[in-house]
This record gives sequence, structure tokens and C-alpha cells, in this order.
Amino acid sequence: MNQNLYNYILGIADNSLILGQRLGELTGHGPSLETDIACTNISLDLFGQVRSYYQYAAKIAGDKRTEDDIAMLRKEREYVNVLLVEQPNTNFAYTIARQFLFDVYHFLFLTQLEKSKDLTLSAIATKSLKEVSYHQRFSTDWLKRLGDGTSESKAKMQEAINDLWTYTDELFHQTEADKAMVAEGIGVDVTTLKKAYYEKVEAVLSEATLETPESKWFQKGGKQGIHTEHLGYLLTDLQYMQRTYPNMEW
Amino acid sequence: MSTKNWPLWEVFVRSKNGLEHRHCGSLHAADEEMALENARDVYTRRSEGVSIWVVESKHITASNPENNGEMFEPAQDKVYRHPTFYDLPDEVKHM
Repeated sequence: MNQNLYNYILGIADNSLILGQRLGELTGHGPSLETDIACTNISLDLFGQVRSYYQYAAKIAGDKRTEDDIAMLRKEREYVNVLLVEQPNTNFAYTIARQFLFDVYHFLFLTQLEKSKDLTLSAIATKSLKEVSYHQRFSTDWLKRLGDGTSESKAKMQEAINDLWTYTDELFHQTEADKAMVAEGIGVDVTTLKKAYYEKVEAVLSEATLETPESKWFQKGGKQGIHTEHLGYLLTDLQYMQRTYPNMEW
Repeated sequence: MSTKNWPLWEVFVRSKNGLEHRHCGSLHAADEEMALENARDVYTRRSEGVSIWVVESKHITASNPENNGEMFEPAQDKVYRHPTFYDLPDEVKHM
């Protein structure tokens, strides 16, 4: 089994799985019927992408593990998503800020992954790009609406951006699996995305009449399995059914 | 949930090229751009459409159901206004 490739796939897939689960929490709880459906649509897009990645990971693993085992039965420390995507839906501004800060990265990332020498990853990237460009449009529009809205929406949007800013730098940290896959022409060198990312984010923030936070102190650890306190609770929800009724199927 | 609602919009979706846009429902949105995006999410997520129109509901002038008698009933006893006395070839579908 190619351990580096396996780990690399999980690094991509876990981001979408955890963010998808967060958005799924809004089912029936969105601020309006329309935004509720929009957020859960994005969630379903992400889960769809995740299935392709985990199916591929299961194939690489080559043992009895299925896509569901990989998605549902790992322990907290074995998830390697970035800290950004596990942050809670504190209010709609946080949901939008988290989505926007991830979408800009996700779009840049998939655009590069499309060029991967690994044809499976490249195909998943091509399929996902259309979805993710819509996600980015949705979160960008809402960021501008709330930022350039009322004084209350502006204050809440700025607060969410300020709070989540500390999780952005981790998106561009390379893991061991990253380095190995970049060397083989399979993986994306995330360090090269950083400049374009912050330029895009700053441009949209300024259009939304929001300020780009100046803080240079960043959180990290998600990619190594060291998470914020929020992930455990999220996994409790996510894994409940498989833990309670092992091997159950729909 | 906010107590102040966004304006209501009517949504028309064209299910495939060549067919007309059909009314499929309504939704709330702050402006036309949001109305289009909401319509996309609410009404076309199972690939129901290839084109969407949205129009703010207040721009639609509707007939009053109370006037249905004078509006529509006079047509009912004039069967000669309907093309029911012709045999339509099968190729003519949407008459």
C-alpha cells in the first residue's frame, strides 16, 4: 500500500467531510428556508466529493476497509482536516466566513489538482471544480452582503473574519505526505497557493468594506491530528449511527 | 428566523431547450441576484432546469377570483371556439 498517497487523499477528503458535516447541522436551522437549502446543498456537494476520495483511499488501502469505515470509524486524532473547517456555526456570519475562507483555498487547490499525474485525483478535481466555483460564488456574495450591509451585519461579519483568520495559515502547511506526493507530480504544492489566496481574500474583504485582520499569529495542528475541542463533538454526531449499530446499512 | 421577510419572488424554470419557462413556485430574496441563486438552490438542484427567470411577485397583475364568472364563464358554452372538430395529426403535440 502506498501510505503517502493514502494519507494524501485523507488530507483532502477530511476537509470536505468535516465541513460538509458542519453545514449539514444547519438542516432545518438555517436563517431562512432558502439559505438553509443552499447550505445543505453545499454540504451534499462536499459529501459527494468525499465519497470519490474515500473510495479511492479504500482501493489504495487494499484491505477490508470500505469508504464508510474510513469516513466513519477513525478516532479524533486520525482525522487530518484543517482546524478551519471544524469551527462551529456560531452564527450565520461565522458560517459564511468559514465557507468563504475555505472556498477560496479549495478552488485554487482543485485547479492545481486537476493537473495531477494521478488520473483519479485529476478526474475528481475536474468534477468538483464546478461545484466549488458555485460555493465560492455563494459565500462571496453573502460576505459582501453582510459586510456591506447594516452596521450590525458588518460588525458580525468582521468579528467572524477576525476570529477565523487565525486558522487560515494552516491551509498552506505541507505534511510529509504532501511533500512526497508533490515530488511525484501527484500532489499540489500548497505553499504556492498562499499568495494568490491572500490576494483574493483581501480583494473580496475590501469590496465587502471589511478589514483584513493584521494578526500574524496562526493556529495549526489539524493536519497532524491535533484538533480544537470542537471536533470531538462533531465526530460524536457524525459517527453515532455506526458506533451504536456497527455495520448497519441503509 | 427573522420576523422581517424579504420580498416574494416568482420562479419560472425552463426544463429543457425548446420548451417554455413554467412557473414552479415562489421564494423570498433581498434582490434579483439573490432570487436567482435561491431559485437555483431551491428549484433546480435535481437538474430540473436549463434556464431560470425570476420576477418579483408584486409585478404580477392577477385576475380576481371573484370575477371568474364574467371573465371565464362566457367561453364555456361556445364550443365552436375550440378546435375540437378537426382531427389533429399525432405529430402536433402541444395543442
